Formats: sequence, C-alpha cells, structure tokens
Amino acid sequence: MSAVPELIVEGPGTGPADVPAAKKIEGRNPWRLAYERLRTDKAAKISFGVIVLIIVLAFVAPLFTKITHHGPNEVFSNIGQNANGGPVPPSGLFWLGTDASGRDLFIRILYGIRISLLVGVLSTGVSVALGVVFGLAAGFLGGVVDAVIARMIDVLLSLPFLVVALTLAYRYGGSLWLVVFVLGFFSFTALARIVRGQVISLRQKEYVEAARAMGARSWRIMFIDLLPNVMAQVIVYASLLIPLAIVGESSLSFLGVGIPPPTADWGDMISDASGYYQFGYWWYLFFPSLALLGTTLAFNIFGDSVRDALDPRGSTYV
Amino acid sequence: MTVTTDGDVILEIENVVKHFPVRGGVFRRKDYVHAVDGVNLSVRRGTTFGIVGETGCGKSTLARCIARLYDLTSGRIEFDGKDISTLSTGKMRPVRREIQMIFQDPYGSLNPRRRVGSIIGDPFAIHGIASGADRKKRVQELMERVGLNPEHFNRFPAEFSGGQRQRIGVARALAFQPKLIICDEPVSALDVSIQAQVINLLADLQSEFGLTYIFIAHDLSVVRHVSDQIAVMYLGKITEVTRAEKLFTTARHPYTGALLSAVPVPDPDQSDRREQIILVGDVPSPIAPPSGCRFHPRCPKAVQQCVTDEPALESRLGDGPDHLAACHRPMAVGENLHDFRPAIDSSERIIEVPGSLLPDDAGAAPADPVRAQAEGSDA
Repeated sequence: MSAVPELIVEGPGTGPADVPAAKKIEGRNPWRLAYERLRTDKAAKISFGVIVLIIVLAFVAPLFTKITHHGPNEVFSNIGQNANGGPVPPSGLFWLGTDASGRDLFIRILYGIRISLLVGVLSTGVSVALGVVFGLAAGFLGGVVDAVIARMIDVLLSLPFLVVALTLAYRYGGSLWLVVFVLGFFSFTALARIVRGQVISLRQKEYVEAARAMGARSWRIMFIDLLPNVMAQVIVYASLLIPLAIVGESSLSFLGVGIPPPTADWGDMISDASGYYQFGYWWYLFFPSLALLGTTLAFNIFGDSVRDALDPRGSTYV
Repeated sequence: MTVTTDGDVILEIENVVKHFPVRGGVFRRKDYVHAVDGVNLSVRRGTTFGIVGETGCGKSTLARCIARLYDLTSGRIEFDGKDISTLSTGKMRPVRREIQMIFQDPYGSLNPRRRVGSIIGDPFAIHGIASGADRKKRVQELMERVGLNPEHFNRFPAEFSGGQRQRIGVARALAFQPKLIICDEPVSALDVSIQAQVINLLADLQSEFGLTYIFIAHDLSVVRHVSDQIAVMYLGKITEVTRAEKLFTTARHPYTGALLSAVPVPDPDQSDRREQIILVGDVPSPIAPPSGCRFHPRCPKAVQQCVTDEPALESRLGDGPDHLAACHRPMAVGENLHDFRPAIDSSERIIEVPGSLLPDDAGAAPADPVRAQAEGSDA
C-alpha cells in the first residue's frame, strides 16, 4: 500500500472504502510534534533522566534504610557524633556523613526528596488551577470580571511573599499544607496573566464564534475550546514553577517556618549546616545543597526544553 | 442552484441596524462604525439568498446579526415566524439549532487543538443530544455525507486540506439539519477547483434537506451560480435586490453596474471589447458615511438630490416588486455609465488625482477631497 489514497480524499465521492492505508500516514498532531522535538533534545533527555532518578530515589528511600539500618530520624549519639558532639565525615558507615544531631545525612537527603517533590508538585497544582481559572475568566469574560481579577493580582503582587509566609506560619504554625498553599497562591499570578493574554487573542478566533453560533455556554467555550489552546503555555510555565516551588519550600524551611522538624527537609538541613560550615564540617552543608541544586537544575533545564518543544518559534514568558 | 420556489418567508429582516462604538478618549465624543444601517430583507424557505459587496460593506456583520452573534443596535429579525432579535442568550439556544453558520476561514473556524470528531460532535455535546457511541455514529454519518472519510474522526484539523476543512465546517453546521445556514464567504479562501466541489456539496445538501442558505460572497460569479435572489450591499445599506439572473441583465443601481463590469470574462476578445467602469476613490469611512445616497461621492450619475435625499429601496423604471433599487437615477438597460458626468458640487465628490501631476505632498494624501481637487486643478 502506498500513500496515494491520502491524495484522493479531497474528492467528493471518497468513501471509506478507498482509504485503507491512510492510517499509516502519521498526522501532524501538535502534541506528537512537540514530543518528537523533545525526543531529539539532548539536554531534555539528560535532565529527564535525572528527574526520573530523583523520583525513583524518593520511592526507594526505605530500601536504603534497610541496607544501612539507619532511619531518617534515628540519632546515633555515639557513632554519629565526634568527641566534640559535632557531625562525622562521610565513611563506609555514614555514606555522606552525619548531621549535628548524629543522624545519617544520606538517608535524610533521600527522605528530603519526598518533601521537595510533594511541595513542588502540589503547590504547582494549586498555582495552575488558580491561574487557569482566573486567567480564562479574566481573558474571556473581560469587562468587570477582568478588572476585578486584575486588581486582585496587583494586590497579590504587591504583598511581600516572605513576610506573608512568615506571618501565617507564626500565626498558624508551619505545616506542609500551609507551605503548599502559600507557594501556590503567590505563584499563580504570572500564570493567570499568561493565560489571560493568550485568551484575549484566542477569543477573536472564528472557532469561538462557531461555538457561540452553536449555542455553547461560556464555561464550555472557556474549558473545552480555549483551554486546550493555552495548555502548551500552561505546561511550560508549570514545569518552570516546580523548581521555584522546591526552592521556595527550602527557603521557608531555612527560615524555620516550613515543614516542622524532625521531618527530613533540605532547607532545614541547609539552615542547620550553615552554623557548622565554618568549623570545617563541609559535607553537612555541601550534600543537601547539591541535592537542591541538582533537582532544581534538572527541572529547570527540562522545563526549558519543554518550552522549546511546545513553542518552536520561541517566545519569552512572564 | 434551485428554481425559485414560492415557499413561505423563513427569515424577515426589518430595519436592522448595527453600530459599533469606536473607543475615544474621555472628553472626545463617541463615534460609531455604521456597519449595518437599516437593512430589510426577506428570505424564502428552500432558496438561496446571496449577499454581495465590497470588503467592509457590512455583509459579514449582517450575517452575525442574523445568527445573533451580535446584539442588534435596533431592528427586528423574524425567523420562522418568531421574533428572535431580542431573545436572551438562554432563549436563543434552542433557536441556534435551526440557524447554523459556515465560516470563511477553514483554518480559523476549526479549533486546532481538538480532534475533528469532537468538533463535528460539538452540536450534540452542546445541546446534550447524543453521547458516547451514538454520537460517534452520528458524527461519522455526517462525515460520510459531506465526503470525508469517517475513519478520520480522530485526526486534528491540521491534517486536512482547506477543502476538507470546509467540509468539516459544513458537517458541523449540518448536525441538527438546521432550517437556515448562513454561509459567510464559505469558498473565498479555497482554490477555484475546490470551490466548485464545496458549492456542489452545498447544492446537494440543499435539495436533500430543503435547506435555506444565506450566501455571502464578494465573488459575483459564485453568487450568481448559487443564488436565487441577490442583494448588493454598499456601506451598510442594501442598494439593490432582485432575482439572480435579473441582476445581471438589468442592473438598476450604478454601483451594481460598476460591480458587474468588474467580473472577469473568460474570453479575452470579449474582455477587451467590454468597457470597464472603474470607480474613483475608496469606500468612504463607515464612521461618517456620506449623506443622502451613500454612493454619491463615487457615482457618475450623481445629482444634487443624491446628496440631500436618501433614496428608498423600491421598484424603479417599471420593475416588479421583486426588483428593488435604492437609487434616484437608476440605469436603463443598455445605458453606459461612461456617458455620464456627476452634476453635484465638487466638494461632495471623491476625486482621484493622478499622482504624477501633483506636488509631492498632495500626491500622498487626497484625504481631503476639497484640497485634492484644488491642487489637482492647479497642476
């Protein structure tokens, strides 16, 4: 069978019988095109590999607990601390050394992945949900709705993120959910603006008019006709939000208002280690920082590649 | 397309006006684009009503007013014996099943991120008619009916050619077997060979389902082939309306005459012999349309009455009630527009000034007709 039947399809009399081979011709599905571009991008492949590795490590963390017989919050006050009560360096016993309390740094870093990923994904989810809903409503409904949402975003942008986060944490106590919602709430504004801008240009399209002419309601036009067309931008921005959220969560924990101890958390660890670095306990600061850097870098590079793949013309966001 | 049947009137448009506000500053007075300015039409069931006119004459706006995509500034639209001009969005929904639209741009009118099956299935989804396997079956029937391969329902619009896409648009419009389909330049964006296929498809569907079409185009030969009746629009108003063949044999309005002379003739000898009427200037701005007859600044037959009085759309020169023209000085059969010179004040005219005879600055902007005229005579 050749590709010829595809050419015949134009004719008015073409029935189903003429085109048995048409399935063989790969269509120009926009998502497939993006995938093809992503697949040939070396940076994307490497960073994706790192992300997969990080996720796998987060899942198999208990396995390493079994191997080393060290729990994430287990304190080894005799072997895990030196004569002065400080952390011990990396060895066969503690692969990446211990922290100031004599806990296994390697195991804690592994368990820290879980918190980082959880916060990164959940807060990005909150951000995407809010950004898409507000952006679609502002862009499509326009008028008063747009003005109200725009003012609300202006107010949010004028609030200093850390001050609000600190205040809320002191008032209600730090918790995973507080961190997720504060991060999500403060990062949806840019996404809402991106979506709004896209929707304003898309709502002029004839297919929106066609939907109206068929009697479609506004919510249907927004979520069924317009949302798929802004999804590429949303995905790109979301993939760049994840590393931001991971860093944001670490920052909050660093300041002591994030995930409450003793839960293993990178920001918490970096914060503790900063007081010991000057005394030569380099591993205590180095390995959690490296984990944070590697994770955010991998997500960032992958996010950039996703953007290049979805929008080959290349444009700047935010 | 079909013989004019004396079917009842399915669509009656009375004095429809659509003005778009032009946003000005706080202290500036508000201007309006007079896109459609008092249009009356009646369309008979089972026929095709063609609307022609230049770009920007308001024909697409009129189409969107009939489909109630725009709210009317004033006027009345009666569809199938029911006034739909002031129906609320909710009350309009059931009516929308019976009035469908086919759009000009086969690329812009199909959502690029959705599969063809779901695009054609949209009418069912929106009105909650068929779902699941039933919807898929009906979508595939529609695709087959318009000459698309039903196996392709899972593809994206980008995987189809322009002609196929327009068939998708037709299938979507056909979903509920509407009574009226408004075709807004459905073939203007297509190759000529594909135009014929789509037009023939529309004709087949009309005879099969007894559809009524409003067919908008700027290509006179297409409209002539398709329509039972034709209305000519100029600057938001209807200048002439009659049966299709009559428009081409006995045009009354000088604007119609000029339009007809611009239709290409496929015979070079005949084309050379024929006199083309080239209108001077551009269409005036619809923000401040000319007084009286809107065509008077460009009309070779204009007299003072054309500047002051607006001509009514009525039978002229002993025509029957099926041939109306809005003109004080209608053309007789065989009359040559070249024999006429306008008899109105030159400040009322749009003067086309040959650029080479002018000083540099005047050649650029004959926007002010008085100045252009003065400088033109100096040179």
